[in-house]
Order: sequence, then C-alpha cells, then structure tokens
Amino acid sequence: MTLSAFLIQLLNGLAGASSLFLVSVGLSLTFGVTRVVNFAHGSLMMLGAYIAYSLIAGLGGGAAGYWAAVALSALAVAGVGVLIERFLLRRLYGAPELLQLTATFGVVLIVKDVVLALWGPEDLLGPRAPGFSGSVNILGSAVPQYDLLLIALGPLVLFLLTWLLRTTRWGILVRAASEDREMTAALGVNQAWLFSGVFFLGALLAGLAGALQLPREPANLNMDLAVIAEVFVVTVVGGLGSIPGAFIAALIIGVAKALCIAIGELAVFGVVLSFPKLTLVAEFIVMAIVLALRPWGLFGRPPALPRPSEQRELLRPPGRPLHVIAAAALIFMALLPLFADEYTLVLLTDISIFALFAASLHFMMGPGGMPSFGHAAYFGLSAYAAALLARTLPMESALLIAPLFAGLAALVYGWFCVRLSGVYLAMLTLAFAQITWSIAFQWDAVTGGSNGLTGVWPAQWLSSRRAYYWLTLTAAAIAILALWRIIFSPFGYALRGVRDSPLRAAAIGIDPRATQWAGFTIAGLFAGIAGALYAFSKGSISPETLSIPRSIDALVMVLLGGLQTLVGPVLGAAVLTSLQDSIVRHTEFWRATVGAVVIALVLFFPDGLAGIVQRMGVRGRHPT
Amino acid sequence: MSESAVLIVDRLCKSYGGVHALRELSFSVNSGEKVAVIGPNGAGKTTLFNVLNGQLAADAGAVVFDAASIGGLPPQTIARRGVGRTFQVPATFGSMTARENVQLALFGRHTQLRAAFADARAFEAKESLALLERAGIVALADRSCATLAYGDLKRVELAIALACRPRLLLMDEPTAGLAPSERATLMSLVVALAANDGVALLFTEHDMDVVFAHADRVLVLNRGRLISAGPPSVVRSDPQVRKVYLGPPTLPGNA
Repeated sequence: MTLSAFLIQLLNGLAGASSLFLVSVGLSLTFGVTRVVNFAHGSLMMLGAYIAYSLIAGLGGGAAGYWAAVALSALAVAGVGVLIERFLLRRLYGAPELLQLTATFGVVLIVKDVVLALWGPEDLLGPRAPGFSGSVNILGSAVPQYDLLLIALGPLVLFLLTWLLRTTRWGILVRAASEDREMTAALGVNQAWLFSGVFFLGALLAGLAGALQLPREPANLNMDLAVIAEVFVVTVVGGLGSIPGAFIAALIIGVAKALCIAIGELAVFGVVLSFPKLTLVAEFIVMAIVLALRPWGLFGRPPALPRPSEQRELLRPPGRPLHVIAAAALIFMALLPLFADEYTLVLLTDISIFALFAASLHFMMGPGGMPSFGHAAYFGLSAYAAALLARTLPMESALLIAPLFAGLAALVYGWFCVRLSGVYLAMLTLAFAQITWSIAFQWDAVTGGSNGLTGVWPAQWLSSRRAYYWLTLTAAAIAILALWRIIFSPFGYALRGVRDSPLRAAAIGIDPRATQWAGFTIAGLFAGIAGALYAFSKGSISPETLSIPRSIDALVMVLLGGLQTLVGPVLGAAVLTSLQDSIVRHTEFWRATVGAVVIALVLFFPDGLAGIVQRMGVRGRHPT
Repeated sequence: MSESAVLIVDRLCKSYGGVHALRELSFSVNSGEKVAVIGPNGAGKTTLFNVLNGQLAADAGAVVFDAASIGGLPPQTIARRGVGRTFQVPATFGSMTARENVQLALFGRHTQLRAAFADARAFEAKESLALLERAGIVALADRSCATLAYGDLKRVELAIALACRPRLLLMDEPTAGLAPSERATLMSLVVALAANDGVALLFTEHDMDVVFAHADRVLVLNRGRLISAGPPSVVRSDPQVRKVYLGPPTLPGNA
C-alpha cells in the first residue's frame, strides 16, 4: 500500500462519511422530536437519487440546471416527508414504538414499489456534476473534485444545523421538544407545525444526500435498506438524537472502511485476507467496541424510563380448550395431504415453517420484550449452514446441526443487543442482520454470492412433497410447543419478569442481562430450526433468505396475529403466507400491497387478529 | 458498632455532577433492628437505598453486609446475599398474577431460574399462597398485578420481598400514597412480619407518626450528611433536627 493510494481511499471514505452524515443527522433530528425511528428514512434518500436523475435529465446539462435539479429533488423529498408525517405518523404518536416502526416499514415497501413502477428495475447512473467533474492533484494522486466538495459539505451542514438549533427561535423550540415534549406542548408551542417542520428538514437532508450521491453511485432499488442499516449503525455509534455524534460516527466509519479498502489483500500467516471485503466487518467492529464501552453511543444519553403507560396484559398458560383446539388443528393439518395437490402442499409446508419462525420471534418480542428487526439473520444463517453441511454430511444430520449455527450467531449478536433496549435494540438487530446478509451476498466462494446455493435436497425417504410436509409439520409443532413450554417454565417467568420490571427482577436476584441473553439465544436457535427446514424444502437458497424483508415478514406475522397471545403468531403466519401467495400471483406490486396491509393493520387493528377474537367475547373464564 | 450489626455503612460518598447526594455517611443496622431514615426532600434517602442495593455505584466508602463487602456488586447479587427491597412506587410484574409474582421470587431463592422445560405452576404454589396469606391478600392471588389497587400492590411487593427470605429489608416509603388508616395497618403488618422472620428493617418515611411509632432508631439526613441519630425520643428533641428538618410548629407530639 502506497501513501498516495491510502490518501485517495481516505478522501473517498471522508466523502462517503459526509453523505452518510447528511442522512443520519436527519434521522436523529426527527427521532429527537417525534420519538419515532423512521424506517423509511433510507427510502427518502433513495427517492432523492431517483428524482434527481429525472430532473437533471429534464433540466438540461448546464451547471445551473444541474444544481437546480439537486435542490428541487431535496425539496420534493422534503414534501414527501411532510406527507408521511401528516397522514401517517401523526396518528401514531401515542402508539407503542414497535407499531410506529412497523408502520414506517410499510412506507418502505410502498416507496420501493412506487420507484420500481416509475423508474424500472435498472440501475440509473447520473452524469458528473458540472464544475466538479475533474480531479485535483494531491501528493501526486488525482483526487476527484466532487469528493472534495462532499468532504467540505459535511462540516458545513454540521455548522448550519448547530447554528439553526442554537440561535433561532425555531431551533430552540426543537431542542425544547427533544428534551420534554409534553412540557413544550404545555407551554403552548404548536406541536403539529414543529413536528412537520422537523420532518421537512430531516427529509430534505435525506433527499439532498440522495441527489448528491448520484455521481458516485447509481440510483438503485437496494439503496433504501442498505442506507438505513448504515444509518442505524451510525446513530447507535454516535448516540441517537446527537448531531455531533452522528458526525463523528460517520467519520469514524468512513475512515475505517477506507482503511480496509486501502490495505487491500494481506497475507497473514499464509492466509490471504481480503480487506476490501471486510468493510462491513470493520463497521461491525467499530460498533462492537463503542457499544461495549458506551452502551448509548459516543454522545448518547440513556433513554428516559420506559413509558409507564404501557399496559401489561396477563399472559395465561394454555388451558384445556386451547390444547383441544391445537390438537384438532394438528390432526386436520396432518390429514390434509390426503386431499391436497402439490401446490397446496408447498404452501402448507411454508406455513408450518413460518409459523415456527414467527413463534420464535414472538418468544423474543412478547415474553422476552426484545423487539427484533433482523430475525431473518438466524433463519437464513441456519439455511446456509444446512445447505453447506449437506454437501458432506447426511441430510438428517445437517438438519439437526444447522440450527446450532443460528444459536451461535444469536449468542454473539445477543451479547451486544441485550445491552440496549426498545428501539435501540431493534436498530442493532437490524444492523446485524444487514451485515450477515452482506456477508452472504459478497462471499462468493462459500455462499455463492447473489446466486446462492442450489441442489439442497432432502434425503430419499423425504423426497416426496407429502413426506417432507409431514416432517416439517411434526418438527414445527414440536418446536412451537417447546417454545410455549419454555414461556411457562421458571426461566420463562424470569424472562417475562425482566421485561415487566427489570428493577424488581434484579431486586429478587434475577440477572436481567444474562436472562435476556439466554432468551435471545433460544429465539435464534428456534428460528434456525425453521431456516434449516426451509432450505431443504426449496432446494436452493439465496441471500434473500436472510434479508430484511424476510425479518419484517416475521414481524408482521407476529403483529398481525397479536403480540400478547400464544396462538397469534401462528395464526398470523398462516394468514400472511397465504395472503402473500395469492398477492404475488395477482400483482407485480406485491410489496406495496403488503405495505398497505401493514399500515392499515397498525392504524386500525393494533391488537392483531387474536386481539379482535378476544374483543369479540371469546375470553377466558378468569375474572379480569 | 455492635457485634450483631447486619449492615455497616462506612464513609459512603456519592455525587451527581456537583451535587453531593451522600457525604461521608456512616451508620450501622443491627440484626432484627428497625431503623428509619428521615430527612427533607433531596436529603439523599433514595440515593442511599439505590447504593445499598447496588443500583448505583458509590464514589467512595464501604458497605458491609453480613460481614462481607457488597459495595460495587450488581443488584441481583446483593439480593441473593439477603438484602430485600421495596420501591417508592411499587414494582411488580404486571403480566402476572399476584401468586405468580411471589412464585417467581421463590424460584430465585431456590435457584430454579435456569429450568427452562419444567412447568412453573407446579413449583412453590403452596408457599406463595402462604406468603400472600401473611400479607393479607390471599383472596387476590389470581388477580393480575396490572389491575390491583395501589395499597394491594404494596402488599404484593411485601410478599415478594419476604419470599426472598432477606436478612435486611430496604423499604423506600412503605406507606407513601396510602390513606392514613391504611398506613397504620400496613406498617403494623410490615413490622409484625419482619419481627417474625427476624428481618432487620431500614425504611424511609415522610409520615412522622409511622416513624416514631415503629422505629427503634432514627437516622436524620440533610444534604447527604447524617445530622442526628438515636432513639426516636432523642432525635425528636434534638434542636438541630428541629431546625433543619422538622421545623418547630409541626413537630408531632409537641403540638
């Protein structure tokens, strides 16, 4: 590695850090005031890039037209941000965090399909920025002028924002609202305008970042989730709600990545390490170090006490009626292959697998109180492990051993995650899942890259659809019953106790963190069982198996069914899997449809299907 | 310091930024003794309790419980050593019934918490009902703690705390938020149960009737410092206490 090569990478990293800062600071700002983590923030950046692409083409190639297009794109995205705030988030400010996050994920799905419909699936590379298309000679190497522009922009925005928040009346109101929303409202500040204003600013910055990214990276449909994962890492490292924190964190991560690329390939003890492929791991290591030393990030403060308004519902052990219904349903499910066709068998197999996947997430989120936005990491990891193990081991052994890898990953990721709680924890699980996805996506030699692995077939005796369905049904049923059993074991009570009141749990001798860590690992292990079953049912696996949308599917199943019940997730898995199956067959835009369903669900049925059933009067006999 | 001291606090200091919440605080509690901590708001009472049960780390000083140092240990370890705690706002498990709350505390004592496949309902059901009986709320055993009245929650918390068989029970304002008649009843119950189990009691309280009726000794804190200590009669007539805390006109029994 020469000094000049390193310098180029460093400047490139700093330029990337600037645009990462623009996006991250927008998320931090809107979170500070509204307390909603906007999952669609990455989608806003993606939208900025696409709008800029069209506007630049429309306004001609001149410098004036180009920069006007950039500014207009940012404004257009800001308008979209305000619309999202007005028509969706405003209805959800009093709702639990998890529902807010889920609703914004509905927006992610809709934006993705809107972009797909308007601009098509191809990557769109914009022209170079007029006036900044050349390069500057620094220490004998050519550095793009555009990189220097971006590097200057980061500190400039930091300065402007600090000025805005420190000195203007509006900025002082924003800071007051970040500190204490209720008090600010009580003093007569118009909350509606303040929130819309902050969203305008946050979306503006995201749109600007997207438009500015265009000469460096083509506009593409993967930007939204790739960006939001990085933004989550930045905010977790810098401290959610801190503007200087976002800046410093973006710089650290940008430089760490640049270092990896600059080092290139390095032989250590005869093993060639490819550092450019380790950029994601570098991010991970930065985050791990920061979280271990400062759980709330470099500039973050511990969040205020959890909302006391959170009503706890009594969780009752399954009684006799439930046992009878479950047994009847199982017998019915077991008899179905005698009548069903091949196609239905595939759907039934999927439902069994996803019922277990959803139940494992419910275990973690419901009784465990740990929301996860990256549960597919364990599902997919086990699927990959199963596919790889099946190359050397009998299929049956692969099926049994693979979930242990998922459990191991959950053990490692969980160690970090249980240090946080609530949205912070959810953001971290998402970041871990995205990192796992990227590894599967990039590590061609082992995982087959974007193509994935093929030829993952079950053993001879399981090769018929019917036999494999019976195996899946049996395994999923046993695993789900085991999860329920754990929920009502002493350990399960301890886990729920930590969720209900960490203070009280510790005061009776329960170690809150160790208990949650164990719960996290168990949830990962059971998701792994579902993942291994999945691999052999499909015959092939791709990175999609552990992608964020798959994590969100599980989340929607749990919320659709109802978080406060045992049967809810199973019910939710059955409904969502069938629904997706029919939507995919009827429309190209299934994502937007699912997104709309998710939003409607959050707005109108926050208790889920099981909640509706309960409200209709099918309640237990216990007095309440 | 007495031979039978269950808790010894030695020159404990804790400050938040520039505010000294505890300054060189030293005292001891004998086994089975009932000690009240009083002082105006901000005197450091709750900070003291949070340091004693491990929620906060002290800046300096030592805490010795049962002849072993417990300074710097996490709350769960201190709880397992035998220090119980109730909170100013009762902390219970809202998704569980009163009986399940007590059962969970019993699991902790018998180190069954790692049993992940056993059916929890089979364990400790009898003993948990007995504890609820002693706390006078056995009739509410199957009610969800999220729906119980405030006074009943305080009793559930008491049953939970006693389930851990503590040698020392820290009670942060055991009767706060209750009607006057309820206060006297609850405090008599606490004292009777503690005496029966041989539990030493360290409690803070704003109600002077409760303090002077039940405490063997009273510690008076002001701005993190111990300004007076002794039997209620001595503390009651301490001019310094009257000056900084009680104020002459409202002194109970002196009106």
